[in-house]
Amino acid sequence: MSSNQPGFSTLAIHAGAAPDAATGARATPIYQTTAFAFDDVDQAAALFGLQAFGNIYTRITNPTTAVLEERVAALEGGTAALAVASGHAAQLGVFHTLLQPGDEFIASNRLYGGSINQFNHSFKNFGWNVVWVDMADEEALKNAVSGKTKAIFLESLANPGGVVIDIEMVSKVAKAAGVPLIVDNTLATPYLCRPIEHGADIVVHSLTKFMGGHGNSMGGIIVDCGTFDWIASGRYPMLSEPRPEYQGMVLAETFGNFAFAIACRVLGLRDLGAAISPFNAFLIATGIETLPLRMQKHCDNALAVAEWLEAHDKVEWVQYAGLASDPCHALAQKYLPKGAGSVFTFGVKGGYEAGVKLVSSTGLLSHVANIGDAKSLIIHPASTTHRQLTDEQKTAAGAGPEVVRLSIGIEDVADIIADLEQALAEI
Amino acid sequence: MNHERYDDTYIRGILDEVKTIAVVGASANTVRPSYFVVKYLISKDYDVIPVNPGHSGREIAGAMTFASLTDIDRPVDMVDIFRNSEAAMGVVEEALELDPLPKVIWMQLSVRNDEAAKLAEAKGVKVVMNRCPKIEYARLCGEIGWAGVASNVISARKPKLQQGFQRFGINRHTKAGQ
Ligand SMILES: Cc1ncc(COP(=O)(O)O)c(C=O)c1O
Repeated sequence: MSSNQPGFSTLAIHAGAAPDAATGARATPIYQTTAFAFDDVDQAAALFGLQAFGNIYTRITNPTTAVLEERVAALEGGTAALAVASGHAAQLGVFHTLLQPGDEFIASNRLYGGSINQFNHSFKNFGWNVVWVDMADEEALKNAVSGKTKAIFLESLANPGGVVIDIEMVSKVAKAAGVPLIVDNTLATPYLCRPIEHGADIVVHSLTKFMGGHGNSMGGIIVDCGTFDWIASGRYPMLSEPRPEYQGMVLAETFGNFAFAIACRVLGLRDLGAAISPFNAFLIATGIETLPLRMQKHCDNALAVAEWLEAHDKVEWVQYAGLASDPCHALAQKYLPKGAGSVFTFGVKGGYEAGVKLVSSTGLLSHVANIGDAKSLIIHPASTTHRQLTDEQKTAAGAGPEVVRLSIGIEDVADIIADLEQALAEI
Repeated sequence: MNHERYDDTYIRGILDEVKTIAVVGASANTVRPSYFVVKYLISKDYDVIPVNPGHSGREIAGAMTFASLTDIDRPVDMVDIFRNSEAAMGVVEEALELDPLPKVIWMQLSVRNDEAAKLAEAKGVKVVMNRCPKIEYARLCGEIGWAGVASNVISARKPKLQQGFQRFGINRHTKAGQ
C-alpha cells in the first residue's frame, strides 16, 4: 500500500491488469464477446447515459481492450486512452473529434506515406484541409497558422527517414495558436520518448509496430494527455457544446481532463466503428510487457548495423539519428536519449537495380512492407510502397531509386550484419 | 496536510469510513455532473442526501433532498461540496455547526478553499479538495479502467466483485501508479 511511483517496466507489466475479478485468472482474460448481459433496465439506462462505468457492447468498450488502454495511458503519462482497429483508425478518430468541414490542420511533411495519403485524400473528402509544413523551419510553421487552424500533427521520430522533430518548439507554436498538438509516437514508443513531457496534448500510435512488437496484430490508440482546456477554447464543439444524443450533456464539463478520450469513444468510435478485436488487444498488451527490453535491443542493434553500413564501400550514405554524423543527432540526444529507434534508411551504390537486387538477396531479413517487428525487415520503397510516384516525387518523399529502408529486429546483431554483408556482396 | 496531492490510502480510508454523504449543490438535471455523483454513490450503497433549497422535499436519483445541511434529519459523515470555491466557505461554516460534526469535508473537482479547509482541520475534520468522489471511487476499485481512463493504481489483488452488474468495491491492496 505504498504510494511510491512505479517505474516504466513495472507499469508495462502491471498497468491495467489486476487479476480477473471473477476468477482470479492472473493473465488478462480474452473477453471474446460482443455483448454483456444486463441485470436490469435501470443499470442499462445508466450505462447508455454514461452515468455509470461498465461494458455494454465491444464496439464501445471491452474489458480486455481496457487493459491495453490503461496500460498505454500509464506508459505515456496520459489521463486516458482509446484503442482502435489500426493506427489509421486512431488518426481518423482524433480528427473526427476535432474538425468540422472547412477546418484546417497543419502537418509535418515528414510522415509515414500512408498518413500523407490519408490526409491528402480521404480527409479532404470530409472537408478537413491539411497544410504541409517542414517542421525544421520555425518561421514556415508560424506562417502556416491561420484562423482556420484547429490542430498540429507530427511524428516524434518520422517514418521512414528517422527524422527527429523539435517537439517543444512546435508545442510553443501550438499553444500560441490555441490548438492541440498531436504527436504520432509510433516509431519512438513511450520507452524512448514521452511527447506529453514536451508539450503534446494528444498522442497516437500504430500499435501494429513496436508496441505490439511481434508483427501479429493490427491496432491503434489515442492517448488523451489531459492538458488541453476545451471549455476555455470553445472552438471544439464536439467537446464543449451540449450533445443532443446524450440529453444535452457537455462532454468536457462532465469528463474534465479525460473528456477527449471519452468523446473519441462515445461519439467517434460509436459512429465510425473501427473497433479493435479483443484478441488483438490481448496480443498487443502482452507484447507491451517486454517493450522496455525489446526497444533497447532494437536501438542497440540498429546503431551497430548503421555504423557497420556507414563504413561499407557499397553504401553511399546512411540516415540514422543515432549516428554522430547525422543532422538530427542533437535533437535525438535531447528527445530520444536511450536510442534513436530501429527504422532508418540508407543509399546503396548502383541505384534502382542495386536496391532491387539487395532486397531480393537477403536470407534472414524479411522483405515486407512493415516495421517494428521482432524480426529484421527490409524494403526498397522505389520498387514497392512508392512505386506509383514519379521519380521527382520519389526523391522528395525520401524514396529515391537508391534508398533502402530497414527495421532492425532483436536477433543477434552479428547474424543481421552477416546477412546484409552477403546480400551486399550479390550486387 | 498537503492538498496538492493525496495519498491513495488517505482517499481510500475516507471512502471506506463514511456511510452518509450530503451532496450540497446536487442537481436534479440528469446530465449534470452532480447528478452523476449522487447516482453513482447511491449505487455504491452510500446513504446519499442531496442538499438543494430549490428542490427540497423532492427526490434526486431516488434520494430525498433537503434545503440545507442543518435541516438534515440524521448525522452526516461527509459533506461533498458542488459549489464554487468562494461559496465553499459558507458551506463549511454551516457544516461545522452540525452536531455531531461530519468526519470529512470534500470539495469537488475545481473547488478549493484553503481558508475553509484550515477551519475544518482545526476541528479535526478531514478535508479533500479539487477531487471527485465518483472518480476517486471508480479509480481505486478499478471500474474507471473500463472507460480507458488511467486509474494510476496497480495491484496483484483481484478487484472486489460486488453484487450486481459489473460492480467493484474499493477494499483491496494496491500500489499507486504515476
Ligand atoms: C508512423 C506511423 N503512423 C501510422 C501508421 C499507420 O498504422 P496502421 O498501419 O496500424 O494503420 C504507420 C504504419 O506504418 C506508421 O508507421
